[in-house]
This record gives sequence, C-alpha cells and structure tokens, in this order.
Amino acid sequence: MKSHISTTINGDPVEFLCDPSQTLLNVLRNDLGMTGTKEGCGSGDCGACSVLFDGELVCACLVLGVEAQGAEIETVEGVATHDQLHVIQEKFLEHAALQCGICTPGLIVSTKALLEENPSPTEEEARYFLAGNLCRCTGYDKIIKAVMDAAATMRQGA
Amino acid sequence: MSEAREFKHIGQRTIRPDGFDKVTGKANYGADLSLPGMIWGAILRSPHAHANITKLDVSRAEANPDVLAIATFEDFPSVNAAAQRDGTQRDGMMDTACNILANQKVLYHGHAVAAIAARSEAAAIAALDLIDIEYEVLRPVLSIDDAISAQAPILHETMMTQGLAEPATKASNISARMELKKGDIEAGFAAADVIVERAYDTPTVHQGYIEPHATTVVFNENGPSMIWCPTQGHFDVRARVAQLLNLELGQIKVVASEIGGGFGGKTTVYLEPVALILSRKSGRPVKMEMSRGDVFRASGPASASQSLIKVGAKMDGTITAMQATLHYEAGAFQGSPMGPGCMTVFTPYDVENLYVEGFDVVVNKPKVAAYRAPGAPQSEFAAEMAVNELAKKIGMDPIEFRLKNAAKEGTQTIYGPKLKVVGLEACLEAAKASPHYNAPIPENVGRGLAAGFWFNIGGQSSVIINLNPDGTGTIIEGSPDIGGSRASMQMMAAEILGVAPSSLNPIVADTEHVAYNQTTGGSRTTFATGMAVVEAAEDIVEQLKARAAAMWNVTAEQVDFKDGVAHNLTGEDQLTLADICASAEKTGGQISGRANINARGAGPSFAVHICDIKVDKETGKTDVVRYTAIQDAGKAIHPSYVEGQFQGGAVQGIGWALNEEYVYSKDGIMENAGFLDYRIPLASDLPEIEAIIVEVPNSFHPFGVRGVGETGIIPPLAAVGTAVAEAIGQPISSLPCSPPKILKLLMSAQ
Ligand code: FES
Ligand code: FES
Repeated sequence: MKSHISTTINGDPVEFLCDPSQTLLNVLRNDLGMTGTKEGCGSGDCGACSVLFDGELVCACLVLGVEAQGAEIETVEGVATHDQLHVIQEKFLEHAALQCGICTPGLIVSTKALLEENPSPTEEEARYFLAGNLCRCTGYDKIIKAVMDAAATMRQGA
Repeated sequence: MSEAREFKHIGQRTIRPDGFDKVTGKANYGADLSLPGMIWGAILRSPHAHANITKLDVSRAEANPDVLAIATFEDFPSVNAAAQRDGTQRDGMMDTACNILANQKVLYHGHAVAAIAARSEAAAIAALDLIDIEYEVLRPVLSIDDAISAQAPILHETMMTQGLAEPATKASNISARMELKKGDIEAGFAAADVIVERAYDTPTVHQGYIEPHATTVVFNENGPSMIWCPTQGHFDVRARVAQLLNLELGQIKVVASEIGGGFGGKTTVYLEPVALILSRKSGRPVKMEMSRGDVFRASGPASASQSLIKVGAKMDGTITAMQATLHYEAGAFQGSPMGPGCMTVFTPYDVENLYVEGFDVVVNKPKVAAYRAPGAPQSEFAAEMAVNELAKKIGMDPIEFRLKNAAKEGTQTIYGPKLKVVGLEACLEAAKASPHYNAPIPENVGRGLAAGFWFNIGGQSSVIINLNPDGTGTIIEGSPDIGGSRASMQMMAAEILGVAPSSLNPIVADTEHVAYNQTTGGSRTTFATGMAVVEAAEDIVEQLKARAAAMWNVTAEQVDFKDGVAHNLTGEDQLTLADICASAEKTGGQISGRANINARGAGPSFAVHICDIKVDKETGKTDVVRYTAIQDAGKAIHPSYVEGQFQGGAVQGIGWALNEEYVYSKDGIMENAGFLDYRIPLASDLPEIEAIIVEVPNSFHPFGVRGVGETGIIPPLAAVGTAVAEAIGQPISSLPCSPPKILKLLMSAQ
C-alpha cells in the first residue's frame, strides 16, 4: 500500500505516493525527477544526497519518503534563485572547487547548513563540518577555499 | 617552443562552461536519465570467491509476471562458451564477457551471474531470489604468494604463462612474464659502494569515484540502439558492446553522460551490454545501477603488488645499478598494468645498468581496471622508498641525490625511446626552493620526498567547430570531460580565434555526432583533443581570411587575421570574426572548422612531492600536517584545474598510502565494501595541499601542454611512506601505513 504524502520542496507544495520502504532520495530522484540530489552510497556515508529537512542537514538516503509529510525540504535545486546563483555556488565556480561535480550538490547544501549555523567557521571547523561529504577528485583544498571565501563574502553582505 | 609567449586567454582562471549546471543540480549524470516505459535491471552476484556453477535454472524467475527479461552468459552471441572452456578462444573480449556474466565458474565475491529486468527496481531485486543456482565451492586464491605457490588452485585451466624463456607446459596463475634491461646489471652492482635491497607490498585499492556505474539503454531493431552511461570512452563502450552482441558500430549510439569521477575505472563495460540484452528481450528501455557495494566488489580495483628492489650507488651519490622484480595482481582475469609498472619504475633516473622483471598474476578478486597512471604508483613507490633509504645511507639530501642521477633530455629509457626535454630537474629545483622544504621539520614529525614519472599519451581525437551567424560558436568534441577539460578546449579555441572563451560552447558529443575519439585516459585530453581544437580553429582562421578576401576582392594572402580581426593588407579595412560570420551567407555559406588527428609527441610529466607526517606513538594514527605537490605541466591552460589534478592525485595517493585497502575474509569475502569501512580521505583528514606548477613546455603541442592528470598519484606513496618511516625511526615496506601496522612496528622496536 502506498502512502499519500504532502510536503514542501524548495518552497513548492508537492504531493506524491510512496512505498513505506522508499527513501526520500529515491522519491526525489525516481518519482519527482529531481535528480540534482545524487546517490553515492545509499548508506549515509558519502553526503552526495545531502538535503535540508526542516532546516536540518540530513542524508536523503537515510530518510524515508513518508517522513516528508508536512516537512519543509530544501534541495540543491532550491539554492539559486532563478538564474542568480547563491554566493556559495559562485565561490565554488570561482575557486574551481569541483572537477567531476558529483559531490557538488551535496557540498553546496552542506556548506549552506554550515554557514547558517556558523557564519565565521575556522578552516578546521569547516573541514570537520564537511567531513561527511566525500569528494574523490579535488583533495578538498579548493572546496575549503571556496567555503571560506563564501563565508567571508556572506559576512560582508550581511 | 623557445621563447615565452604572450597569451590572452591561456593561463587565465575562467569559469568553466559546464559549471552553472553542476552547482545547481541540473547536470545529468549516469543515473539521472529515465525514459517512458522504462524498466529496471538487477544483477545476481556470486556469494563465493571461487566456485563452479553446478546449476543455473531461471525458469521460476521467468514465470514471474513482474519479470520481463533475463540475461545470462549464453546471451552473448559472439562468444562461444565451449571454446572458452577448452581454451581455443581466450582473449580480452572473452574475458570481458565472462567478467560481466560468469561462464560456469565464478571467480570473485560479487561476480555477476545473471540479470533480471522487471517493472520496478524492487521487483527486479526481489526476483533474483527466484533464480535457482548451486555452486561447488573451490578454495580461493587471495594473494600473489598463494597464487604462485605450487599448491594453488588454478583459476583458468587453460592459462599458460606467456613470456617465459621456455614455453610453459602446464597451466599457471601467472598469465605473463616480461623483462626489460639496459647495460650490465652485475657489473653495475659490482661497482657500487652501498646497496639497498628490500621487498615492498601495496594493497588492493579502489578508484573510489563517488558516482556508481549506471546506465539507461534502449534497444532499437530498426535504427541505432541508444546507450546512456558515464564513461571515459563512449567510443570504446560502443566497440565493446558491438563485439559482444554481434552488432555493427553504426547500430549503436553511445551518449556519454556527465561523469562522476572515473580515474581509469570507467574505461570498460560492466552493465551496458547486459542492459542492452535485457532491453532487446523486453522491448523496453532498461535502467541499471550498481550499489556502492557492487562498485567495490565487482568494478575497479587497482592491483595489489609485491616488489623486490635493489639499488646500488657509489659514495659520491652516483647510482650504478637498479633492479626490480614486480608482481601485480590482475584480479580474476589476466591483464594487470604490469607493463607500464615495469616501464616506469626507474625512469626518473639516468642510470647505466637496469634490470626489471614483471609478472601478471590472477587471483580471486575483481578484474583490475586502470587507476590513474596504472601500474606506476606500485612500482615507483618501491623504487622511491629504496632510493630514499640509499640517499640516507650515503648521507645525501634526497633532492641532491636525485639531481645527481635525474633523468633528462637524452636519457635512454629502459623501454625504448630517449627522453626529450623533460621537467624532472626543474621540479627538483622547485622543491628545493619551496617554502615547505625550507621550513624546519617540527617535533614528532617525519618528512618524506619522492618523485614520479608518467608517459602521457596522444592518440586519435576529432573536433568540429561551428560558427553561428552572430560569431558565437560550438566546439563539438568527443572526449568525456572528467575534470574540467571543456574549459581548456574553450580557452584554446578562443586564443586562436581571438574571441571571448564564453562565446564558444564546448560540448562532448555522442558517438553519432563526432568522429572517433580515443578514451579519456593517459592524460591525453588537453594534449591531444586540445591539439585537434587548435587545428580546427586554425582551419576556421583560414576560411575567415578567404571570406574576408572575397568581401574585399583581394586574395587570401592579402589578408591577415589577428586577435579576432581580419586586416586587409592592401588597405585599412578591418572585419571582426562576427562581421565575417554575419556575411557568411553571401560568401559561400556558414563556417565550420574540422580536425581529425592522431596526435604524436605527448610529453611526459614528472612530479616531486613533499610530505610531513605526525605519528601518534600511542595509537599509531598518522596525520598529514603539511603537503606540497610540484609537477611539470608543460603549459597550464587553466591553472586552477591543473592544480586540482595535482591536489586530487596527491590525496588519492595519500589515501592509498595511509588507509585504503580491500579486506578479505579467508574465504575471499570482501569485508569492507562500503565507504564507512573502506575509508577514503575526508576533508578533516587533510591540510591544505600546496600546488606548485612547473612549466617546461612540450614542443610537440602548439601551447606546450603535457598531460597532468595521472603523475600526481605516484609520488605520494613513497613521500608518505618515507615521512612515516622518518617519524617512527623504522623502515616502511608495506602499505597502507594503517594504525595497527604502525603500532606493531613501534612495539617491535621497543
Ligand atoms: S547517498 Fe546518501 S550518504 Fe551517500
Ligand atoms: S568533484 Fe568529483 S567527487 Fe568531488
């Protein structure tokens, strides 16, 4: 028996039917066609599926679709406004903080969570906060530089 | 390339053209395509490391209404199962077939046996239970020592060792032996004052790309079938699928999706042919995805190795002889990177007397795939460790020792050619001058330094550049972009055409829209495809001159083209590229440039890395506290992405040296097939990775490019190994330097 779920994704009201065992990641990608959120492991170990769930950073592969009932979900598709990139996204591009880019959606969402929680992280704090987001291409150097620069820019803007 | 040239775009740090889509989640990767009517495939995998399949009956699965198609080895029409068993057909394609769907024998834990397509992913997975299968379990062979011992079970009854002095007379787990030599190795060691001889080993590791293998396919009886997949070489996917399924190349179109990392691991096929069989049988589009566990158990990995190294030198620091015996695990089927391992092992050194022997050994592990400079990290790790030990014995600084023996222009390599102009000495000098090397070594910290060499390749690339009536354009290339190469293509074309890089949109076309391109690998893309882009742009320049000449009623020789503007040499007239495009209709139609090349003259890239490591003597835990990667790029087209290659390679090498390894039970079950237990480096594990770009141009490329993608993974193994050895005051001979191993070394010293 599928459940009928009403939720909010990136500000839009969304309804879907889902199997009780289906993960939120599976619903987003396979039922709603929102493939911006990536799957690297399906077991909570890589962070590619990072989304904000009522403002909390979670792995969408560890959340069930049915749990989305009444929740506010934000995915990478909701970070930019129209064609205006978020500062974090701009800084990732400026600093060449992506190579293949498969980890990028998760990192952008995680960085947003980090900077909402701590607008002035030290480099070490940023590295520990983002330790759940695996990147195999970059060695993290340029990612951390982008995050620190985004934090500084956002502090100036605030 | 003699004098330094002034560039407008090359060397700038532009925003990559595919960046916007990648930071907003719009870019489509391997698992991101779904089609109407699509069904899902799932694979039944062996729970055993080594077993005969005594029964495989799919009739119960077939009877299930959810199941729309089933595939087994028998569905490869071009592959003769009997011939494979009796040894009359034993080639790479047969091995590929047996690897992606086992033929009566499973050779590793996770080996694919059969596939089912059903209406949903869950239904496909559930239906796997309906396949009746029985195994006769055999003893697995899990190490080189075991595989080459007299008692070892033989994986392939028809495998005879190739390359022996006398032809082999009985089956063996050693598929091949090779030998390379130069000079007189005995005399070389006789002339040495000091000799270091040591055995080293490295573990099985995985490329660890974050994107699992995935594909969506549609079989089409009346036109080309379509395969969508993340691959480093869609033309190669097309060739392999065509061969396996007895199709012509023109019957298959492969679309390279965006690719979430490859590092060499996405240069072969696993799911694609199976999915196409399922689609053909069901008449539906089929999607398949590997789980992370499948990725570890049944794709990649890189060879485990054992190396015996002997190096001799005089007290003045001259190396007189170097010798290596190298064993590489190939996994379940022959074909480790033993060859490049043997060829690269001593290439950073200009030494008279060399001898290298290599062995390719099959074991009950997944068939290895290329991993960044395949074969070189293992062998050069061993060589660099021995060189460092020798330098220390003689009392020489490791940079001075290397400078005294460094390979340079004219050095005769062991594998054939003499080196052209190379940048090893320049990298060593840059290391000597670097802030890192000049900083004092902190307390409780060990410092290690190592060099690395990789050939780089050229090969076939095809490019079309189309200009639009307003002067913008499209660069149509066929090299899947695994690290930002579209940005470089844009910049190189813009440099020649004298337009803004952003006015040219680079796309990686499918196999139908551009002619053949070799796989993205061997660090070839910026070099070879870049060269094709330059030639296609030059082709356009010639046409622009002719068009301008037509408009001015002069000859093409009377027109000069510079920085995007045509000049009439007989007068004052000027036309911009956009002006000429706007009038193209009147001067002969629209303008396209084209190049189909087989690029020669790839320039090797050398690197030198410096690593500082702190060891916690209580727990054996290691921390990289400072790291510098120095490498010769020839010319850095986009310095940020060049640095990114150095940094990414360095960190993969650090993971290889410190943490990563496949852990098998004695029955050959992989016990750490997930990112929690197979631990790749995290952001919190690492310091900044300082990247220093050295530029010693490669005269064969119009801008001086050498490939940079691979060399960076080579030096970290010995730089880290040496740093740990220095920190604990004990030789390191086995990777990874994981805490239990380090602790054991520390305790044995007390
Ligand atoms: S896919 Fe969710 S953490 Fe990896
Ligand atoms: S950019 Fe490829 S995994 Fe991070």
